[in-house]
Amino acid sequence: MHVKKPWYVLVTVVMLVAMLAGCTPVAPAAQAPAGGEAAAGDMPYAGTTLRLVGANHPWQVAITPLLAEFEAATGIKVNFEAYGEDQLNQRLTTEFTAGSSDIDVFMQRPLQEARVMQMNGWYEDLAACVSDPDYDFEDLADGAVGTTTVNGVLTGIPIVTEQEVLYYRKDLLEAAGLSVPTTLDELKAAAEALTDKDNEMYGFVARGQRSPLVTQFSSFLYSMGGDWFDENRQATINTPEALAAIDLYATMLREYGPPGVLNMSWPQAVAIFAQGNAALYTDASSIYANVLDPELSTVADKTGVAVFPAGPAGSIMYNVTSWGLAMYSGSQNKDAACEFIKWATSKEIVLKTQGEGAVPGARESVWADPAGAAAFPADWVEAVAASANGRGYDRPLVTAVTEARDIIGGAVNVAIEGGDFTAAANEANAQFQALLDSEQ
Amino acid sequence: MITRFIDRHQRWLFPAPAVIFVVLMMVFPLGYTLWNSFSGWSLTAGRPNTFIGPQNYIALMTDGRFWNAVWNTLYFTALAMSVELVLGVAIALLLDAKDYRGKRVVTSILLLPMMATPVAVAMVWLLMFEPTAGVINFVLGEVGLPKPLWIAGSNSVIPSLVLVDVWEWTPLITLIVLAGLAGLPSEPFEAARVDGASYWQILGRVTLPMLLPTISVAGLLRFIDCIKTFDIIYGMTGGGPGFSSETLNIYTYNQAFYYFNFGYASALLVIFFTIVTGISLLVTYSRRRLEV
Repeated sequence: MHVKKPWYVLVTVVMLVAMLAGCTPVAPAAQAPAGGEAAAGDMPYAGTTLRLVGANHPWQVAITPLLAEFEAATGIKVNFEAYGEDQLNQRLTTEFTAGSSDIDVFMQRPLQEARVMQMNGWYEDLAACVSDPDYDFEDLADGAVGTTTVNGVLTGIPIVTEQEVLYYRKDLLEAAGLSVPTTLDELKAAAEALTDKDNEMYGFVARGQRSPLVTQFSSFLYSMGGDWFDENRQATINTPEALAAIDLYATMLREYGPPGVLNMSWPQAVAIFAQGNAALYTDASSIYANVLDPELSTVADKTGVAVFPAGPAGSIMYNVTSWGLAMYSGSQNKDAACEFIKWATSKEIVLKTQGEGAVPGARESVWADPAGAAAFPADWVEAVAASANGRGYDRPLVTAVTEARDIIGGAVNVAIEGGDFTAAANEANAQFQALLDSEQ
Repeated sequence: MITRFIDRHQRWLFPAPAVIFVVLMMVFPLGYTLWNSFSGWSLTAGRPNTFIGPQNYIALMTDGRFWNAVWNTLYFTALAMSVELVLGVAIALLLDAKDYRGKRVVTSILLLPMMATPVAVAMVWLLMFEPTAGVINFVLGEVGLPKPLWIAGSNSVIPSLVLVDVWEWTPLITLIVLAGLAGLPSEPFEAARVDGASYWQILGRVTLPMLLPTISVAGLLRFIDCIKTFDIIYGMTGGGPGFSSETLNIYTYNQAFYYFNFGYASALLVIFFTIVTGISLLVTYSRRRLEV
């Protein structure tokens, strides 16, 4: 009888061979493309695999298609894992605390977590990595680098910068005979004039959720003449200036804002604006696409962008590095990781992520290049340029940032609901002071 | 040789895997949490995992957010449990009252909410509760009724969350009570009917007292689940607006995974564990007395 060898015998053999091959230690260079396009000397890290952990963010979207270029040029394989912001933070903290992480490079939120991560020794100081003159570290904006520098350690390279701006509906302001608000008083007056609750038209929308609101409240606080704490580390949440800022922000949201504003972070607030239910909206410059892209917004062609309105202390908005690229101090591939960070933040790549991907970066030469600003609307570029001297922080610069945000945001929440916000601010001030003292 | 060893030590060897599992997965984490609750471990304060005595517990006693969380937890649990028990038992009695066509279909449909993943349930209700665009307020507006803020108002948030919990978990009570009803002997009912008792008399004097052990088991199960409800609250409000739906579980989560105060969070967990164990023991104990 003729016995035919079943096909799965062949498959099994092939799999066994593959498994054995996988077990055999192979020199990394042997795995590099054997095409001979480049000599081994040009690709010292060929065969290395980098684990890059980041957020679901426009920068990730912009850089992902470019990774192939980097892999071809260096032979380094990059695995990009993307998570939601909160999940990212928890993932990083859990892996780093456990001490067994194989993360090499990760996206950091410098103002949110750089202090705590630096204190726990999780950052590799990148100063040496970027000292290469070809890289031109000086080209990165001072303010942006200042944000990622913690206790003298360069914890990350800025990749995304943002400022608070005012989004407004041109058509509604025009119809009401109003000009674009340049002061907070005008902002409030315009919000009042444009509110028509019966027709679900709200004069003003912004974040009202406890923790997320703090960053967007900051520019109101600064422009009213307040701050989180003074030079002696005394909390200043209940000063007359701060109380006026809380009152203004809360009154506008309560009287001229949509219902349910207490549960709104930026995705909910931007949805209200993009559906055409709000006339004025203050938030980060980086989310402009949600408002100005016709695919995402029904009011894209009617929306303008302006610099943050001035209060008694002037127009003082935040101007911060919202995301940086950092290296884990426990990385086994530090040299390759450095290569990647230098590549991803080089002029050439930033020109692509910013100029084509529309992710506002920190390189001055790219901003000076018309191609670097081409992806953005003209009034947006103007508003961002006018915010260049804004404050380098949008939340208190403390280690326990999340806790501080909850304390402050909780008081603003009381005000939005129409409660006794002076008492709430006094209590928040005492709690915040205790937090500041514990970090001395 | 080995066979003899096994034979002689059977009673140790056979349960060994289970014992090891319980020690590794339950005793060790509990003990470690207890140890942590006496440590100052905090990533944000830069404190290592060293013993600091009962300081965390002392700090908890003066922590306004802790007491707020205790209140919210009890409020949510009491409201959810009472509504679910009353509704669940009532639905079970209704379903059990009479045989009719399609009874099994009705029962199956009733059980559907329980099958859904709580996070998905949270997302769906989140959309329905949305004050401006949500379907609930749309319908209320069409009928001419006022539109509440639901989970966006600090007074209405817990009742709204209870509504979701009731929707999802009342069927569990119904299911357990139905099983209990099926197991009841028929003689007492016949005797009561012969004696001329009305439906309500039978319900109050015969059915419910005989069902009490079943209801208390169902209640205990729901109590433990309610008090540690996390997914729907986290998914829908995250403890907000402000702190008005921050339960003990959410507060512990914030302390551990947002503030990185592991010691403090462990102390919260120990207190939480004590409350749950205490009440469970109380219920078990009183049940035993009821049965005697």
